Amino acid sequence: MATEVSIHCENLTKTYGSVTALAGISFKVSKGEIFGFIGPDGAGKTSLFRILATLLLPDNGTASVEGLDVVNDYKKLRHLLGYMPGRFSLYQDLSVAENLQFFAGIFKADINENYYLIRDIYEQIAPFARRRAGKLSGGMKQKLALCCALIHKPVVLILDEPTTGVDAISRQEFWEMLIRLKQEHITILVATPYMDEAVLCDRVALIQHGEIMAIDTPENITLAYPYQLFRIKSSNTLNTIRLMKEFEGILSAEMFGDTVHVSAEKGRINANAIIKYLSEKGMKVTAVSEADPGIEDCFIHLMKRSGVVSNKIKTP
Amino acid sequence: MSSNGLVIEAENMVKRFGRFVANDNLTFSVSKGEIFGFLGANGAGKTTAIRILCGLSRPTSGKIRVAGYDVYTETEKIKRRIGYMSQRFSLYEDLTVIENFRFFGGIYGLKRAVIMERAQNMLSRLGIKHFENTVISELPLGIRQKLAFSVSILHTPELVFLDEPTGGVDPITRRQFWEMIHEAAASGITVFVTTHYMDEAEYCNRVSIMVDGKIEALDTPEKLKTKYQAQNMNEVFLKLARKTN
Repeated sequence: MATEVSIHCENLTKTYGSVTALAGISFKVSKGEIFGFIGPDGAGKTSLFRILATLLLPDNGTASVEGLDVVNDYKKLRHLLGYMPGRFSLYQDLSVAENLQFFAGIFKADINENYYLIRDIYEQIAPFARRRAGKLSGGMKQKLALCCALIHKPVVLILDEPTTGVDAISRQEFWEMLIRLKQEHITILVATPYMDEAVLCDRVALIQHGEIMAIDTPENITLAYPYQLFRIKSSNTLNTIRLMKEFEGILSAEMFGDTVHVSAEKGRINANAIIKYLSEKGMKVTAVSEADPGIEDCFIHLMKRSGVVSNKIKTP
Repeated sequence: MSSNGLVIEAENMVKRFGRFVANDNLTFSVSKGEIFGFLGANGAGKTTAIRILCGLSRPTSGKIRVAGYDVYTETEKIKRRIGYMSQRFSLYEDLTVIENFRFFGGIYGLKRAVIMERAQNMLSRLGIKHFENTVISELPLGIRQKLAFSVSILHTPELVFLDEPTGGVDPITRRQFWEMIHEAAASGITVFVTTHYMDEAEYCNRVSIMVDGKIEALDTPEKLKTKYQAQNMNEVFLKLARKTN
């Protein structure tokens, strides 16, 4: 069965003066999918989302959401979209309940009719219904913003970094909400700089410097990692990095938690050779094992391949 | 630093705002050269504690010494011995790289020649000597954050506070940043760091987790994972911080 397309972009470009925000982006998102744009600040996520939310005009290329063109059909499209900008954009001096009524009002939506969509989320902030939005904690602001973006029962949700700057618990709860919303067949487009959130999406696009470096399911992205990755645990992580950078056949040696991640062409080196080498150099090696690459390892590999690393750190 | 090798000593640290207890009897210490992760949910009381340790806020009660100095009576001495870097504001965007070094070095009373020598060393270490006369606003975020860290330790403080230093940076920079932190620690600078990236807790020697104003756990990441039967620090954090919600 062919999946129905919800969002379709072809060759989108956007520049601000000499800065290229989007360098020709093309992708499709299916209906009911949770699709993540993963990338650091300045990668182009916000420009893309603002174009899709009909708030910014692209320089070139086309984009449509639910079959409606983001430029020509923006008025119709806005009724179908729920948009949560990166910066908290509710009315700080209205209360929680007033903000919700306001957003329902401008979309002429019936709060009671659509309440089932936001019940799980709104009940968590309902005890503070009379508090001004500006006085809420980060996690609660974000929950209220999601309620306001949902109250007119949108077909597509566009969430620009909803979890940035909030703690790990609020992040986890937010994702649990998104996964519940997926059951309502809402298409969800979400941007995040947190690589570990990629695995919670159905598909992701890894984006950097206005270009999509990879687009696939999180599993397929990690499966496509072309190198072998080793994790080294030793008595001195800094010395291990320095020594491993001189090891024949190594592509990279980086700090990763209390271990060192070393990458090499497949079959080029093995764990025993690493242990032998480091021991000869006088290092106390606790463990060397092969590691499964994560999304972050893949992101780093793709960044290096596309040559977007703007400077390298030199070890003395 | 005090003679016992402890850069931070906090005993029964309490901070109340009216009836609200932001820091509820915190007792912990941090050793010289240690990388200490200070974790907690939003509103758990981290910022309050950091402000006290920086000499910016007076505690309600408790015995607290930072770099060997008393937080009630010797705050000016503390301020001279610490460095601070935050995610939001760290460098003057309309000054050049070298002007920022001169400005911050000047504030700490460093001689011009010393500032220039250290700045040159740091820039060549980062491989960005060619950006010396570039205005900060024209630099990519990753480079800015690495520079901000360099500037925060320009006056070779005993202790540096890093408040979410890696928010939004690309993953290559993030790993390089942690390498820089480890190098600073190896040179004897104590690092006190907060982050919302739970995987970054694994880069710390020890980690404390604050919940509702109290320190719920404090140990090495390895021991915390064993104790709470967790695969990673994210699970440890969720188990601890969620139980009160």
